[in-house]
Amino acid sequence: MSRKNGAKIITVLLISLLLSASNHFAFAQDNTKWSGVDKTVVEKVAKEHGRSAWPPFINTDQGDLLLFVFLIAGVSAGFVMGYNFRKLFSKKED
Amino acid sequence: MRRIILPLVCIAFGYLFVFTGTAWAMHISEGILPLKWAAVWYLVAIPFLVMGIFDIKRRSKTTPSFKPLLGLIGALIFVISCMPVPVPTAGTCSHPAGTGISAILIGPLMSVFVTSIALFIQALFLAHGGITTWGADIVSMGIAGSFAGYAAFKILRKFKCSLFVCGFAAGLLADWATYIATSFELASALHGGKSMFPVFYAILIAFIPTQLPLGILEGVLTGGMLVFVYNRRPDILASLGVLKEVDK
Repeated sequence: MSRKNGAKIITVLLISLLLSASNHFAFAQDNTKWSGVDKTVVEKVAKEHGRSAWPPFINTDQGDLLLFVFLIAGVSAGFVMGYNFRKLFSKKED
Repeated sequence: MRRIILPLVCIAFGYLFVFTGTAWAMHISEGILPLKWAAVWYLVAIPFLVMGIFDIKRRSKTTPSFKPLLGLIGALIFVISCMPVPVPTAGTCSHPAGTGISAILIGPLMSVFVTSIALFIQALFLAHGGITTWGADIVSMGIAGSFAGYAAFKILRKFKCSLFVCGFAAGLLADWATYIATSFELASALHGGKSMFPVFYAILIAFIPTQLPLGILEGVLTGGMLVFVYNRRPDILASLGVLKEVDK
């Protein structure tokens, strides 16, 4: 094995070790998988310190309503991005 | 060589996906901060918002391509900051901030304003953040993120670093600064009778599994977007004052 290949293997091993170590650290806190961290974490901190989150003023977090609202928001933002991207980067504008 | 690296990478990532945990993220939910602290962060955010509005008016008159750019950046921040990205090292989803690229292209003050609009819509309709915590979210994501990213970009440009490297540093530091500020906001409001700094460090350290890789991802995206704009429309970067000379 050449010296260059050896260095690459060591780099990969070190990265793996670093990722694994950080994962063990995360695992020590909770076991919820792929949870929405914005909500879960802040509520968790608040709960530990005696505060709880209020429901949103306009509560769209009910069933699939939130998915619908996210979809509408994504489509609208995508349209705005595409429209302005075309204005800025299309060749006609040049 | 590939026969060695590929299994190693697969083992590392497989391991990460099997053993997972949670981490902490930036948007502070409705009602989490006591009203006194919510008011404090509103007071901190308001001057930046006012300066941002004046800056938008001024720049719109002087730079022809500014309005479409502002629209593009606003929508980009909105999408990026409510887009959950799965992070295998933590087993959770978190989102980048997007304030690094916006601060570079439109300036930190306008970046604060644009971020505030995105955060307001998210708080109002997407159950993401909150109206009472809007000020705190503006300070962490808008002010801390934008100014950290902008400063990183400017400093590295002075050292003649490449556009990608400067953008990478801006994206990385904007992301990390956002989470440092969030930790501070939560710790300052919730530490109670205890000392604030142990709480602050505990929250900050808990962010690391998620935000370490996500910050790197945001850095790569920011650097890539800057290089893309440079390749397609270098005149935009020149007119915005991002590049004084047209070279990378």
